[in-house]
Amino acid sequence: MMEKMIIGRYIPVESPLHRMDPRAKLMIVFLFVCIVFLANNAITYGILAVYTFLMVFASKVPFRYIMGGLKIVFWLILFTMILHLFLTKEGDILFQWGWFTVYEGGLRQGIFISMRFFLLILMTSLLTLTTTPIEITDGLEELLGPLKKFKFPVHELALMMSISLRFIPTLMDETDKIMKAQTARGVDFSGGTIKERINSIIPLLIPLFISSFKRAEELAVAMEARGYRGGEGRTKYRLLQWSLLDTGMLILLALVTLLLAVFRM
Amino acid sequence: MDISLQQVEYRYQVNSPFEHLALEDVSIDIPSGTYLAIIGHTGSGKSTILQHLNAILKPTKGKVIIGDQEVTNAKKQKNLKSIRKKVGIVFQFPEHQLFEETVEKDICFGPMNFGVSESEAKRRAREAILQVGLSEEILAKSPFDLSGGQMRRVAIAGVLAMEPDVIVLDEPTAGLDPRGRKEIMDMFYRLHKDRNLSTILVTHSMEDAALYADQIVVMHQGKVFKKGSPREIFQSPVGLMELGLDVPEVVRFQNKLEDTFHVKFSKTCVTLEELTEEIHRLFKKVGELT
Ligand SMILES: Nc1ncnc2c1ncn2[C@@H]1O[C@H](COP(=O)(O)OP(=O)(O)O)[C@@H](O)[C@H]1O
Ligand SMILES: [Mg+2]
Repeated sequence: MMEKMIIGRYIPVESPLHRMDPRAKLMIVFLFVCIVFLANNAITYGILAVYTFLMVFASKVPFRYIMGGLKIVFWLILFTMILHLFLTKEGDILFQWGWFTVYEGGLRQGIFISMRFFLLILMTSLLTLTTTPIEITDGLEELLGPLKKFKFPVHELALMMSISLRFIPTLMDETDKIMKAQTARGVDFSGGTIKERINSIIPLLIPLFISSFKRAEELAVAMEARGYRGGEGRTKYRLLQWSLLDTGMLILLALVTLLLAVFRM
Repeated sequence: MDISLQQVEYRYQVNSPFEHLALEDVSIDIPSGTYLAIIGHTGSGKSTILQHLNAILKPTKGKVIIGDQEVTNAKKQKNLKSIRKKVGIVFQFPEHQLFEETVEKDICFGPMNFGVSESEAKRRAREAILQVGLSEEILAKSPFDLSGGQMRRVAIAGVLAMEPDVIVLDEPTAGLDPRGRKEIMDMFYRLHKDRNLSTILVTHSMEDAALYADQIVVMHQGKVFKKGSPREIFQSPVGLMELGLDVPEVVRFQNKLEDTFHVKFSKTCVTLEELTEEIHRLFKKVGELT
């Protein structure tokens, strides 16, 4: 029932994006989040879209699969779009229907903002789809390493993140199982009045919380039993390897940034 | 209530890189009152079959007929709840589904979802808790203060209180101690006989399959490998061994006995009682000869 969600899922296929250094991917996603805000007209949004779809293509993750997994996000995007149609009152009137008026500016804003949102989600999803949680954590820890000088708990933060990411799919599976078990006991998760729906959440959430707490405790015990005592002096089994591909990808993004700067209004 | 699976195919996560063909061309008939055991290796599709028996999963191809209702891949189907009322499933590790403040409330949850009144549900809770071998005092406790074995029994009571016509059990005794196992399996068998239920049991214990079931289905890689009575299934251990499955200890013992003493029993014995009788008969025959 929950198996379609792709947020936090890693897809093990062979692709250039999978081969990249996680540090490079993290840098790219971070930069992308910044430069998305440079786009302000059709050409610049077009450039961003082409770049993003190039990345999707390079990831070798089937496009239809990604779209299927982002269904919930589409509703959010649609909502943003409609909000803009209603609230932005600039430019010429495109059409009028009773008290409902659509301005040209509203339509444009709606499309642009939804697109910005969509591209951001797509790029960040690509990161988790092509990078294992462990890699993401290692990458982050390395990138944030300099902050350790300022007593910033980099290692602890990275560990917390990797554990959360690691357990998202587990939690999804668990949710699926408990939903099935409660469905067999007569709960209807997919229909009913709003009140019935809210009531049906309790038999789902309580077992989930309980198993999560139990799991956290077991994990803590297992880590201590294997001698974990924090990041101090810990060496690494996996070493990150920066390659030409990574440099190339960063240069590509730099070019995209340049293009954006040139073509924006 | 008769249940019938007809050429059922099931694919998990269709249209994704994780798409997985879990069942292929599975046809099984379960006439009312049958005790059916499903055996097979981990991952052979046993739990997937069980979830078809009350329309939690719908076949991607083929159909499942439950009583007078047909479940297919069609988009909208009504009255699934009435199916679920009649077919109770005890999932693997059912103790994970407990959530109420008290044991009594948790057991009443299922029946009340299906429209049973509170007083009737409470009566059933009391009956069910005794059936699973716990005492009435437990009803007032929190399910999370119980031991693992007690939680399992409470969860089972929650399904029994729905008073289904068909009981579906997914490895109900996994992780219990030997005595608890036997108690629970005997309890299900008694219920099966007393209430004339259909029972479908997934198990890794060949002994349980041989002892309780009328019919056995052997699953292998999503397909039905073999079906028949326990005797038919365990007659030729070779095929089962190839699948990494075993035959009951009793059958193994009989085969060894036959090999060592070059005798042949009149039939494959699947329970201890049968084997004892056969050996007794053999001794008598040997006694007469000498
Ligand atoms: N939610 C799921 N998504 C993808 N594959 C699944 C899912 N659930 C089960 N499977 C796969 O389907 C096959 C059959 O599973 P299952 O019916 O649980 O087997 P069994 O109960 O016999 O151990 C297994 O290979 C399993 O990996
Ligand atoms: Mg199973």
